[in-house]
Amino acid sequence: MISASFNIKSKLIGYVLVVQEFTFLCAQTVAGLVRPPWYVRETVIQLDRIGVGSLFIVVLTGLFTGMVLALQGAVQLEPYGATIYVSSLISTSVVRELGPVLAALMIAGRVGTGIASEIASMQVTEQIDALRAEGTDPIQKLAATRLAACLLMIPILTIITNTIAILGGWLVARLYLAIDSYFYWTWAFEALHAHDLILGLVKPIVFAFIIAMVGCYAGFYTSGGTVGVGLSTTRSMVSSSILILMSDFFITKLFMAYSW
Amino acid sequence: MNETKPSMITLDHVWLTLGDRLILKDVSLDVQPGKTRVILGGSGSGKTTILRLILGLYRADRGSIRIEGQEISHLAEREMFRIRQEMAMVFQNAALFDSLTVRENVGYRLWEHGRLLSDEQIEQTVQESLKFVGLEDTPEKMPAELSGGMRKRVGIARALASGAKVLLYDEPTAGLDPINTCMVSRLIQKLKTKGVTQVVVTHDLETAYQVADHIVMIIKGRVLFDGTPDEIRHSGNPAIREFLDPGSMPSEWRPQPKGDEGVARQQADLL
Repeated sequence: MISASFNIKSKLIGYVLVVQEFTFLCAQTVAGLVRPPWYVRETVIQLDRIGVGSLFIVVLTGLFTGMVLALQGAVQLEPYGATIYVSSLISTSVVRELGPVLAALMIAGRVGTGIASEIASMQVTEQIDALRAEGTDPIQKLAATRLAACLLMIPILTIITNTIAILGGWLVARLYLAIDSYFYWTWAFEALHAHDLILGLVKPIVFAFIIAMVGCYAGFYTSGGTVGVGLSTTRSMVSSSILILMSDFFITKLFMAYSW
Repeated sequence: MNETKPSMITLDHVWLTLGDRLILKDVSLDVQPGKTRVILGGSGSGKTTILRLILGLYRADRGSIRIEGQEISHLAEREMFRIRQEMAMVFQNAALFDSLTVRENVGYRLWEHGRLLSDEQIEQTVQESLKFVGLEDTPEKMPAELSGGMRKRVGIARALASGAKVLLYDEPTAGLDPINTCMVSRLIQKLKTKGVTQVVVTHDLETAYQVADHIVMIIKGRVLFDGTPDEIRHSGNPAIREFLDPGSMPSEWRPQPKGDEGVARQQADLL
């Protein structure tokens, strides 16, 4: 009994410690965004890796999400004779929810794990210590640059995902549902309001922060050699996915409370 | 009149715990400017930890650490960056930056902080440093393309190019073949003649005798010996003798080889 309560206590302390370390890292990284030195070259490299490198997967994600939504939406709307409104369904669900969340999950899998494994490898091979020994702040050089690149690129990638998803829906609407293009695009835009667009842009910014910071945290707090690198990479993927889904709920709830 | 120079590095009654392990116990040592101090000791004795304390990568629990008279134990990380400008470290596995070429690794600090130098001057310094370690033909190679010995030498070139007053070496000859070991020892000796202050952590006696002005021996986190190479050679302390000449240990203390070789050895001992 005593041993069990001791285990729970030490686990709780462990969780509190993780939250404390994560908060401290986030604060230092955000401070690193606004205070010199700014690593422009490193940021440009990350913009390319995160933005251009993720383009293909977000295009595919968007395309097939839009296509499948059109097919499923048409099945649900057909009994009511409302198939024509399938584009409204696609545009609102993609812009509000599916585009930001699916793009973020795909990017977390590609970019978040990449950040975690790269920094973790540097940690276990003493390259992080070497950076400090050379007088460089590793948080400023590695974390702040990756956070800046994620904050810039992930909203853009989400906009691309949304656009491609609506285009994918249009393809299915034209080829299989015989919906006229004019009606498709009219209802697609009619259904979207300013708060949908704002919500669709706020979410990717929050998700970008989660992906970058969870990846950096997993990397910086790696120990245990190559096994530790693998564990950190997995931890980064699992944690960022869960945090993305949780934060999605709370952001939606918050917006619903103030916008609807 | 006996004139003593102020120490470049001073550790004064330093204690350090990492996790729940007491790593250093009341360690005191100092390094004079231009001298080479070797820290000897077995694996896990706390040698590397001392280098990390000097560099401010770890913080001591108790005691004082001074670099050129300045107390560094309580400095914030950003203030430590300024102190670290005067020091450079050669890590055990070189810790070269994987994403940079040899040239970029060697000139890293100069490009990062050397605002007063032009690109031509930095390139020249990098070239000279690579020449010093005999790797002038490899500037565009990536660290992954280098052998262990070459990586160590690039690490030394990086430390050298930084123009640091103090060089710290963590096991500079570990894992190297005899030729590369000899080459690295000679590089440390060459730097000694240039008046660079050096701290070398090693368990390689040959290297220690070759490069040291003074030797500190650490056993289980405590300083067991502090003196010249000659003094340690003639020390009668059993723990030091055991480290310097493991063959002199009583046979029952020696690690027994396993398998057929062990059986053969035991049979030979019986005969």
